[in-house]
Amino acid sequence: MNDGAVHITDLVKTYTDDRGRPTFTAVKKINLEINNGEFMVLVGPSGCGKTTTLRMVAGLEKITSGTISIGDRVVNDLEPKDRGIAMVFQNYALYPHMSIFNNMAFGLQLAKKKKDFIQETVSRTSKALGLDHMLERKPQALSGGQRQRVALGRAIVRNPQVFLFDEPLSNLDAKMRVQMRSEISRLHGQLGNTMIYVTHDQVEAMTMGDRICVMKDGLIMQVADPLTLYRQPENLFVAGFIGSPPMNLLKGKVEKGDGGLVFKETANENAVTIPLKGPVETIAAKVVGKSIVFGIRPEHLTEESKNGSTAPVSSTIDIAEPMGSESLVYMRAGTGNLIARIHGEALYHMGQPITVYVNLDKVALFDAETESVIR
Amino acid sequence: MSIFTSGVRAELPRKFRDYVILGFLILCLLFFLMPFYVMIVNGLKEATSVSVSTMWNLPTQLSGGGFVEAFQRLGPSMGNSLLIAIPATIISACWGSVNGYLFAKWKFRGSNILFALLVFGMFIPYQSILIPLIQFLEMIRLYGTIPGLVAVHVIYGLPIVSLIFRNYFTNIPDEMVEAARIDGAGLVRIFTNVMLPLSLPAFVVVCIFQFTNIWNDFLFGVTILTNPQAQPVTVALNNLQGSYSVDWNVVMAGAITAALPTALVYIFLGRFFIRGLLAGSVKG
Repeated sequence: MNDGAVHITDLVKTYTDDRGRPTFTAVKKINLEINNGEFMVLVGPSGCGKTTTLRMVAGLEKITSGTISIGDRVVNDLEPKDRGIAMVFQNYALYPHMSIFNNMAFGLQLAKKKKDFIQETVSRTSKALGLDHMLERKPQALSGGQRQRVALGRAIVRNPQVFLFDEPLSNLDAKMRVQMRSEISRLHGQLGNTMIYVTHDQVEAMTMGDRICVMKDGLIMQVADPLTLYRQPENLFVAGFIGSPPMNLLKGKVEKGDGGLVFKETANENAVTIPLKGPVETIAAKVVGKSIVFGIRPEHLTEESKNGSTAPVSSTIDIAEPMGSESLVYMRAGTGNLIARIHGEALYHMGQPITVYVNLDKVALFDAETESVIR
Repeated sequence: MSIFTSGVRAELPRKFRDYVILGFLILCLLFFLMPFYVMIVNGLKEATSVSVSTMWNLPTQLSGGGFVEAFQRLGPSMGNSLLIAIPATIISACWGSVNGYLFAKWKFRGSNILFALLVFGMFIPYQSILIPLIQFLEMIRLYGTIPGLVAVHVIYGLPIVSLIFRNYFTNIPDEMVEAARIDGAGLVRIFTNVMLPLSLPAFVVVCIFQFTNIWNDFLFGVTILTNPQAQPVTVALNNLQGSYSVDWNVVMAGAITAALPTALVYIFLGRFFIRGLLAGSVKG
């Protein structure tokens, strides 16, 4: 069975004004393959085209060009109800005048299903979601989390091939969000359906997605599983977007030093110099003298040197944020802060000199012009 | 701590200010009610005891005063007015709700221009279209008939009614329409099953507005319904004043009688002003 696979080919969405003149291109010829049963997260800053893409899959937005197919069918010209999809909206979009039962049953009633079948499906689903004791209530008598669960239930009873989620958790408070997050993940495990999930929250993306599609300005920046995205970002945008605090990115050049290649920051003040050894030196050799961006995650800066694969960086502390188990230490650097996530055994002070060690195996170098990674 | 202190401080001056505002409002209310008082008091008097010098006095004896005659003379035309106002209100409300729904939720190319043109109808003065209107009504053989006047009121009411409904439906989140589309509802089903049940407050507003407007209309009534048997109450009220003498008690009582239905509509429909009907569908 391959019913739930979604193929997006050369998809373009250009909005037009009243007279049909193009005003804004939200999605710029993207290609994306989503496997059957996969939990795909579309993530990116607002205005990156992720919601537009989702709405085109749902059939709520007209496709300017390109094709979307679900299973083996091209769905470009199909009505939303005929696409085998169900959608959960950010603001729940429940029908306020209908009871919870009717909210969930509305789609089935419209599809002219038998009464017994509707009764059975809704009660089974509501039981699974813990809503069975409030079926007669109206949405306004429910809390935010419960409402979103009703919206989930409404999607589930449609028994779709593909679930679509449009930032379903952003209206919930922090605690509820974590709970619903695991509930949706569990739901995916139980149902095994394809799910496409749009969010701007990278934590949601990382924790929930089988694969993550990072978007920016209507383009796909990278599609990969969470760990690949974290370990091997393909460009500066992904490097800066995934991870909290984000990857340290220092602008500078690779130069020939006494004992081999070094990375030198291009700055008048506080410029740091990092000697390059091992695999990263081989990569750096290709770009000697060119403007590059040196990327290292805060967690790959340690206080202790390890044999061979680390290089020392010395600077002064700008701010230190002790958090108990670890401390975030912001060190001065020429082109921004250099943040280190260090085990919290000691308290650090402003202005204190510090030497940390860069784990050279984890360094990523980016071309400053094309912004893509150098391999 | 700061919350408590600021709360106590705000208490006293606010109460005093409330009383001042309340007093002012009562004064305004009394001023506004003055004509009503004069109308009721003089309507209850006999024709001979109405005069400018005693217009503020209460009636000396309790009898029906001018009301009996007013009821007799306005009764049939009240019926006519109901026959005009009720169908016209219902038809324009239903038609306008469909218009509003389409303009708010199913935008098509040129819909903004069309809507602007429709709303422009609100700004056309009645008098300016009177002659072509009557010619047209004669052409379609509705001149001088109650259905003809109903049609005029329906069409003249459509711009404002469509505007009210469009604004109301615009406030209903698009996601609700989209959720219904995914559930398999089409243009008609979304209207009947989702939008209409939510639009009761808009219907109440529109019905009060339309009923009052149509009931109070004089110009169309007097020009289109030339037959005295079919004339609406506003025209009949005008005819209460004779050519030579005016029975002021009958005119005052008649004016109150003629205004009664609109007041009743407001009192009864006003109860259905339900706020927060949308609560619970979306966040908030």
